Amino acid sequence: MDRKITLAYGDGGELAHKLIQQIFVSAFGNRDASRFDASFLSLKSGEIAVTTDSFVVKPLFFPGGDIGKIAVSGTVNDLAVAGAVPLCLTAGFIIEEGFPLADLRKIVRSLADEAAGAGVEVVAGDTKVVEKGGADGVYINTTGVGLKRSEGAIDPSRIAPGDDILISGPIGDHGIAILAARGELGLMTELQSDCAPLNKMIDAVIEAGCDVKMMRDPTRGGIATTLVEIAEDFHATFELSESRLPVRDAVRGACDILGFDPMYLANEGKVVMVVAHEDTQKALNAMRTFSEGESAAVIGQVTGKGIGQLLLETPLGSKRRLHRLSGMMLPRIC
Amino acid sequence: MKTLFEPKDPAVAKELARKVIGLADRCREKTGTVPAFMEVCGSHTMALAKTGVKLILQGHVNLISGPGCPVCVTDQKQIDAMIEVAESDDRIVCTFGDMMRVPGSKRTLMSAKTEGRDVRIVYSPIDAVKIAEENPDREVVFLGVGFETTVPVLAAAIQLAAQKQLKNFSMWATTKLVRPVLRTLLTVKKVKINGFLLPGHVSIVLGGNAYQFLVDDFRMPGVISGFEPVEMLSAIYKLLKMVYEDKPEIMNNYKSVVRSKGNPVAQKLMNEFFQPCDEAWRGIGVIPQSGLRIRDKYAAFDARKKFSIEVGEPKKTLCRCGDMICGLASPEQCLLFGKACTPLHPVGPCMVSTEGSCAAHYAYMRKEG
Repeated sequence: MDRKITLAYGDGGELAHKLIQQIFVSAFGNRDASRFDASFLSLKSGEIAVTTDSFVVKPLFFPGGDIGKIAVSGTVNDLAVAGAVPLCLTAGFIIEEGFPLADLRKIVRSLADEAAGAGVEVVAGDTKVVEKGGADGVYINTTGVGLKRSEGAIDPSRIAPGDDILISGPIGDHGIAILAARGELGLMTELQSDCAPLNKMIDAVIEAGCDVKMMRDPTRGGIATTLVEIAEDFHATFELSESRLPVRDAVRGACDILGFDPMYLANEGKVVMVVAHEDTQKALNAMRTFSEGESAAVIGQVTGKGIGQLLLETPLGSKRRLHRLSGMMLPRIC
Repeated sequence: MKTLFEPKDPAVAKELARKVIGLADRCREKTGTVPAFMEVCGSHTMALAKTGVKLILQGHVNLISGPGCPVCVTDQKQIDAMIEVAESDDRIVCTFGDMMRVPGSKRTLMSAKTEGRDVRIVYSPIDAVKIAEENPDREVVFLGVGFETTVPVLAAAIQLAAQKQLKNFSMWATTKLVRPVLRTLLTVKKVKINGFLLPGHVSIVLGGNAYQFLVDDFRMPGVISGFEPVEMLSAIYKLLKMVYEDKPEIMNNYKSVVRSKGNPVAQKLMNEFFQPCDEAWRGIGVIPQSGLRIRDKYAAFDARKKFSIEVGEPKKTLCRCGDMICGLASPEQCLLFGKACTPLHPVGPCMVSTEGSCAAHYAYMRKEG
């Protein structure tokens, strides 16, 4: 094979066949299914969950992950937090002409490894090649299918005062790791993105019998935007305590320098949960047995019903209201 | 694992806040008015709102945001000129992130970028010099706004470009000096305050001795402060104490980084590459000798001289950024605030920079959804 993707790889002929067989089918191990135009899935009875997400992360490789890993974790996590057990996913690749095959191989391998680790099968895929400048390296779309849980279903209508708000670990790692990896802001840090599939950890919490009323993965917009949305959608008042929010030194330092707020930075391997108070310890224990959840913590409480709002208690005891991220966060001057 | 705030901080800060409130109330009994202090540093504006200091002192101490955000004090005409610089195809325009969304009369640098102009956000002007080196066929222009904190770095960038003998690097500098505007606020604008919370970063360059004129000419106390809740609260406490005892002084409450004579290396760099000039401040007008321009000796790096940029008079809007900067209006007194003017669609610069008083108020003090 060539060392770089050319437009000929996208023409459906010999090269396209080679690309699919040597890079994709060999990584996903689905040689039988790949002979047909569609895959057939045997499902047990019940409802299925479907979600789709496109990945355009820049740079494609970053500390703690790459676009292949994030394409799995993003979609798997969306299924898991919605209350489904992820079963399989599809992967569509849009590749820019001239993209190094070695990098593509690495990305596909990473996607396959993550999917295997999360216990989901890659059942269908597609590749397109666009001319140079038509895309930025590689874009990936993944669509995930999961089976809705029959027990331990998510029911945000039951969110009630007294419930605890939990997070599985420190906030903002992905946002700062990506910013640093872009190398544009002179930031040097060994911080890794938190990008990871969380379905097994979430399984453990549900299987421990915890009453999880709502959960979501706080990706773009950060934990503040995510919790504002839940609070508003389900008319509850959430109160977070600033002194309980876990954040790494590197993230806090970078935010101080750049004028960012960790509450609005993206996470790719975190889950926030609203849990009945009596089950909080059980949920924390379950999360803490996983490396992704070793710093799981209670960060606040549901304090009211009716008005949808997110409040933050500052270390001085004053409470301020948090809002959605408004526009882009831009680095400040001094 | 650390948390957003260290566990030992809240207890100290809470106790300090209690003391500040107590002393503030005694001041009010003595003088008959709520003590008012002005911060003149954008990072203070943001930190006071974000940490909840401003909220907890509400009704006891009136904290007024002065001209501290470099973007906010930049004259509309300069913004228009800077956007105009980006209009040429052969240029790469580099700037600090804050500048991207500041509305000019017609558009923003962000919209210029969307339309295909090469506008790049850099964290340091030194990065712009690197970009010039990597793109010898194109003109690289750095748009430099800032106070004394930023000017030494601007100077260092020019120095580097001169050392490398770059012909394609220049800077559009519109920089401001803190001391002349403090004097103007007290004389021309007659702001009603009892003291200044003096800027931490600017003072690192200028030194603690730079503000003695406030006491000598105006009997106005000032305390140089850091940015942690405890640092700001203790600075406010010291201000209150001076007001209560009527013994104005300039105090350095940020001794870990601010020396009495400042940073002589930074000052030397500034003087080598920049000379004082009359400068227009948004909402205030021209203040004599309140800005810095690139010295004639380095005219080759001065984008104002390199390119001929003509811009018309900016159109007037209902935006009250000018009043905001002088502490003559609070964000909620502006008809546009939170309605026509939000961080997504800012009308004035105070809503753009995270350090702007309107943006800080919108993000951290707004109560409605």
